[in-house]
Amino acid sequence: MADMNQFTLKIITPERVFYEEEVEMVEFNTTEGEIGIYAQHVPTTVIVKPGILTITKDGNARNAALHAGFAEILPDRVTILAEIIEWPEEIDLERAEAAYSRARERLDKKSGDTDIARAETALQRSIARIHVLK
Amino acid sequence: MASMRDIKRRKSSIQSTQQITKAMKLVSTVKLQRAKTRAEQSKSYFKCMYDTVTSILAKAGTIDHPYLKAGESGKKAVIVITSNRGLAGGYNSNVVKLVTKGELKKDDVAIYALGRKGKDTFARYGYDIRLENDEIVENPSYSDAMKLSQTLLDAYAAGEISEIYLAYTAFKNTVVHEPTLLKLLPVELEQNENEEQREPGTPMNFEPEDEEALNMIIPKYVTSLIFGGLVEAVASENGARMQAMDSATSNAEDMISHLSLQYNRARQGSITQELTEIIAGANAIN
Repeated sequence: MADMNQFTLKIITPERVFYEEEVEMVEFNTTEGEIGIYAQHVPTTVIVKPGILTITKDGNARNAALHAGFAEILPDRVTILAEIIEWPEEIDLERAEAAYSRARERLDKKSGDTDIARAETALQRSIARIHVLK
Repeated sequence: MASMRDIKRRKSSIQSTQQITKAMKLVSTVKLQRAKTRAEQSKSYFKCMYDTVTSILAKAGTIDHPYLKAGESGKKAVIVITSNRGLAGGYNSNVVKLVTKGELKKDDVAIYALGRKGKDTFARYGYDIRLENDEIVENPSYSDAMKLSQTLLDAYAAGEISEIYLAYTAFKNTVVHEPTLLKLLPVELEQNENEEQREPGTPMNFEPEDEEALNMIIPKYVTSLIFGGLVEAVASENGARMQAMDSATSNAEDMISHLSLQYNRARQGSITQELTEIIAGANAIN
């Protein structure tokens, strides 16, 4: 490794290689809370929760909406196996807002047969989408 | 010998069939290109997924987890990926044969049929068909695979099925397609030679703990294998159809040239006969 402060970030989805570059830091949401990863991290595998993914490269930050998947963290390499991930320009704001109010509504008037876990995931997803655009 | 008219009719019918097979070959060539790129693009995802899961399992080898142990009772679920349309050589029947001629007993098997051809065949043999979906193979999407794996995992958790298999055609390259029967669940640990590449002394940590991580990663693993199977099967289908149509076109070519020869021979024969008759008639008048 030429630069000890950088590591290879690879984000792949079933359909394509989403991102592959040398970066300084990556932040995202996991089941255990938000984490930020620098180079030389201890080897870890984490599960992704819907949220904003922030990539810092040469001092510039770039956002994306990351929804599901898991990440393998090694000292010089981070691989995120994302089931769904989008750049801000790929997000349809209107759809996200509609999904947000739908999920909100379902959670507010909870009935016995509401699938709460599913509604919550949908809510988190729509929030991540809306936030990444703003 | 067949009459001239019969031969002509036969020839023109073969010619129009040849035009169809030629067109189908061109269409499947184009489709194959598209499906092939898609299969190649998604390959890195499955490789990473497989590596991660095997490394987790290598570490979590002693964990007693339902995903790692076969259930006592229940049927064996087989997801069969075939095409909706025929004319693809042995593509569909090879996949079906894997299940019918394999070690699986007919009464133990529950079929999850993706693709009409497979469904029809298994229905004819009297298999237990739990689910059928024709559209999924036309344009496989990851969310479809997710839904399907969810259905299967629910049935697995409820004890309705004890093992999950995937029967599909693996796409090796444009001309080699291998019908494959893959065991999805319970996950079997294979000896993985990649394992040695990871530097020793860096044990992997899991957040959350191993067992919980398994709970979340195994469904994703199953989904990705199903999706991978679908994408490869589509590529193989078009490859198989392309080959089948190519040989059909060249067979038609052979038949046409053989029939042309027969036709010309019959034509010459009839001219000779007519001439002989005319000459004989003229001789009789004189």
